[in-house]
Parts: sequence; structure tokens; C-alpha cells
Amino acid sequence: MTILETSALTRRFGDLTAADGVNLAVAAGEVFGLLGPNGAGKTTVIKMLTTLLPPTAGTATVAGFDIRHHPARVRASIGYVPQLVSVDGALTGYENLLFFAKLYGVSRTVRAGRIEEALDFAGLAEAAGRKVRGYSGGMVRRLELGMALLHRPRVLFLDEPTVGLDPVARQAVWRQVRRLTQDFGMTVFLTTHFMDEADVLCDRLAIMNKGRVAALGSPEELKRSVQRAEATLDQVFAHYSGHPLETEHEGNYRDISQSRRNLARLG
Amino acid sequence: MKEIIATSPNPAAILPGSVEPPAGHVSPARWLGQCLTVAEMELHKLCHDPTELLTRAIQPALWLMVFGEVFTRVHAIPTGGVPYLDFLAPGVLAQSVLFIAIFYGIAVIWERDLGLVHKLLVSPASRAALVLGKALSAGVRGLSQAVIVYLLAWLLGVQMNWHLPAMLGMAFTVLLGAAVFSTFSLIIACIVKTRERFMGIGQILTMPLFFASNAMYPIALMPGWLKVIAHVNPLTYEVDAMRALMIHGGASAYGVGFDFGVLLLAMAALTVIGARLYPNLAR
Repeated sequence: MTILETSALTRRFGDLTAADGVNLAVAAGEVFGLLGPNGAGKTTVIKMLTTLLPPTAGTATVAGFDIRHHPARVRASIGYVPQLVSVDGALTGYENLLFFAKLYGVSRTVRAGRIEEALDFAGLAEAAGRKVRGYSGGMVRRLELGMALLHRPRVLFLDEPTVGLDPVARQAVWRQVRRLTQDFGMTVFLTTHFMDEADVLCDRLAIMNKGRVAALGSPEELKRSVQRAEATLDQVFAHYSGHPLETEHEGNYRDISQSRRNLARLG
Repeated sequence: MKEIIATSPNPAAILPGSVEPPAGHVSPARWLGQCLTVAEMELHKLCHDPTELLTRAIQPALWLMVFGEVFTRVHAIPTGGVPYLDFLAPGVLAQSVLFIAIFYGIAVIWERDLGLVHKLLVSPASRAALVLGKALSAGVRGLSQAVIVYLLAWLLGVQMNWHLPAMLGMAFTVLLGAAVFSTFSLIIACIVKTRERFMGIGQILTMPLFFASNAMYPIALMPGWLKVIAHVNPLTYEVDAMRALMIHGGASAYGVGFDFGVLLLAMAALTVIGARLYPNLAR
């Protein structure tokens, strides 16, 4: 069953076409990965699907609702963890959960139970009363993922969920993502530029390059498609995006200084 | 624990425990709840770190204790029979609320740089409720300033109006004033988007708003062109209501009801604009 479908989804910024006729279909319950170098259009696609950015042309349905005509209904059916930090450092972990539970309209009768469950899920039951400013990067991400348990979205969008995390924290995030699909039946749509993450975590992948979908399939299918014995996903990526995933596409000075500032801010 | 399982028009069944997608419009109760939630969290933050309130009290203290005490001795400004310090006290409170409110634009840009704005905008909460919630938060901070300025003014010998209806009216004026200028500040933040540009524009706007109002001197003293500006400046009506409600013997030039009307109208217009522009922050 298809839970997310885009049809010729396009977004232009002036002369630049950030997403160019993107066609994707995601089945309910799968972990779908959007892979690509910086500037490939991954974040633009996720912003359109989460109703943050209206498409220039084309459309998409998420959880049965059209993103152009029913953005409010789409928002009520999804969860979103942006690339940057989406919790308030001046509040405690518990308060952040309470805040979003209320904004998401989680009814009073189940609220306390849901928050407790989210804290357990994030492994933050003991740190719940501490300000998020004092959390590690991994704890912040776990808290953000735990928020999905508050309102139980049908589709959860994760934009670069493990950027800036150490290997242990990354694996914890992967475990959480799997539990969200297996135990709670959510569909996860994520972007990443880590090949190992895509390989281990995603059921199916789309490789984006210059705003277009260059390849689509399971990690195994993609590896087979490049006519090369024992192809790694890195080689697949290089094949479809025209260049290896190297530092030349790491974003501009402003992006870097901002992400570093954000990490520093969280201590 | 009751699970909510709703019938929905979409082909897929809803996950057990999902929140049902609201149909187009948010109910007024839920809408108000969302506003209050935003303000409630602000209150939590204030409780975590109340030192900010004290540091913010320094500026009004200087205005009253230095500027006010000196100009009271000059007797140059026609105040309509009340001592200059009494005349100035509501102006200083309005200024202090204005400065807090203008700071909200920076706070919103900060939230944008973090990613919190994106998360809020993807929540099913109404955008107007989020904007008004921020405005209410500014009001809560403004009220804390009111307590401090009331105490300071009283200690300096200002004849305060301690009647309960007047004080409730004051609280309402502070909330409205903070809401108007914080939403104004949010709109500017939505347009300029970066902290550097906001700092520049914030400076350029705050002082003229303050000086082109009746906060420190009556409008009657102003040259013609400045009078025009002062009359379209919402701060003038905020100060006018405060002057009638805060001090003993203070009088309103336009009538408190008219002042409230102007502020409410400004508030409504700014909220509509703010709610439209707020999503720009995440694009």
C-alpha cells in the first residue's frame, strides 16, 4: 500500500531548479532513504512533503492527503525532525515533550502516559528533568525521535538524522528508527549522505542528483545495477551522481558556521 | 487509556493512537489552547532563569532615578499638574515593555537558526495561534516588568493608583502593548530573516518609536511633522492608557476605551500579517 506518492514534484528558486519532476512512491511501513550530495535537492523535497515549502509544479499525497490542497491535514498526519535542532534548549526534556504533546493535540487522558513512553523510548527517563541545553548531541536526537511517540504520525520525516553524531549515537538512532517502523507501524522517510546508513537502515533508496531522481531501488538492486562485482553503495552513488561523495559539496561557509554554532550552543 | 480510531476519507487506516487529522479549521478551544501552550512554555523558561528579569530592570531604574529625578527639578515640561516623575513613570514602563517586545524578533530568528521554527510549522497548530502565543509570552514578560516599575516608582514617591480595576486595566494595557510590538518585531524578523540585519533594523526602529510618542513629553510640544508620526504610533495610545490607569491624578488625552480600540485593531492587523509571513521563516 502506498502511503506517500509524488507526481512530477518540482520547485524552482529563480533560475535554479532544486527539485525537478520528482516521482516517488513509498509503501506504508518502509524506511525510505533519499540519498544525494548537498545541493541535490533532498531538503527541498522534504520541505515540500512536510508543507513547509509550496511546490512550483506537480504535487504529492502524504497519508492520503494532497500537500497543496490539504496542508493542515498532512501536518496532522506526519512528524518531522529537521536537520538542525528542533527542541528548546532552555526547557527540560520533559517540558519539550509536554509542549509538543499539547501543540499536537494529544488528549489530556493519554498525555502523561505518552510522555512517559517517549522518555523511555529515548532512554531519557533519568535526564527528563534536566535542561536540554546540557544534553549531548545523541540525547537531543533521541529526544526528537521520541517525540514521534506522542502523536503517532503515520509518516515520519527525518532530515539528515545522524549528522554530527558519534558512531555509538548513530547506532542508537538507527535502532530507534527501526523500532518506530516495526513496533509502531510508522513509515519513515529520511535523507542522508552516509552510504552505510542508507545500506543498513533503508528498505528502498532514491539517489538524487541535481534535483532529479537518478536511481531508485533497494540497496541490493542498486548495487546489482552498476554491472560491477561486489559493488559498494559508495560506488553506486558515484555512478549515479557523477562524482564520488567528497568534500567539494560540503556546503558553504554560512551553512558550516551555522551548524557548528548550533552544536556549540547545545554544549 | 482510550485509543482514538477515527474513520477517515483516506485509503489507509489510522495507526492506533494517532491524533485524528483536524478537518480544515481548528476549534476555538483548541486554538486558544495552542496560544496558551506557547505562553506557558515561555513562563517555564522564565522560571528556569529569572535573572534576566532583574537585568532588564536596570534600564527603567536608570530612566526613573536619573533622567526622571533631574527633569522633575527642571519644571520645563507641562504635565497637566502632576510631578514630572509621575508623568514619566508610565512612559518608562511602556518603554521597558517595548524593548522586551522588540527582542522577540531576535528570539524568533534564533529559533529559526536552530530548526525549532520548522518543527512548529510542521505541527498541526494554527499559525495565527503560534504568533499570538508568542505575543502573549511577550505580555507575560511585560507584566513582570510592570511589577518592577510599579515598585520602583512607588519607592521614588510617585503617587500610584492602587485601585484594583485600574490595575487590571494596566495589566491588560501591558499585555496589549507587548503583543502589538512583539508581533511587529516578528513580522520584521520574517522579512529580514538574519540576526545581523535584524539588529540593525531593530535599533533604527526602537528609538524613533519611543521618542515619537508621548512617553517622555506631551505631544502638544512637538513640531507638526512629529505630531503626525506620534498620532499613528501605537505606543502613544499605550502610554495614554497607562497614564490614566497607573498614576494618581493621571488623565487620558484620547479616552482609555479609544486607546484600547486602537491597540486591539493594531494587534488584529499585525497578527493576520504575522501569521501569513511566519511560514516564510522555514522556506
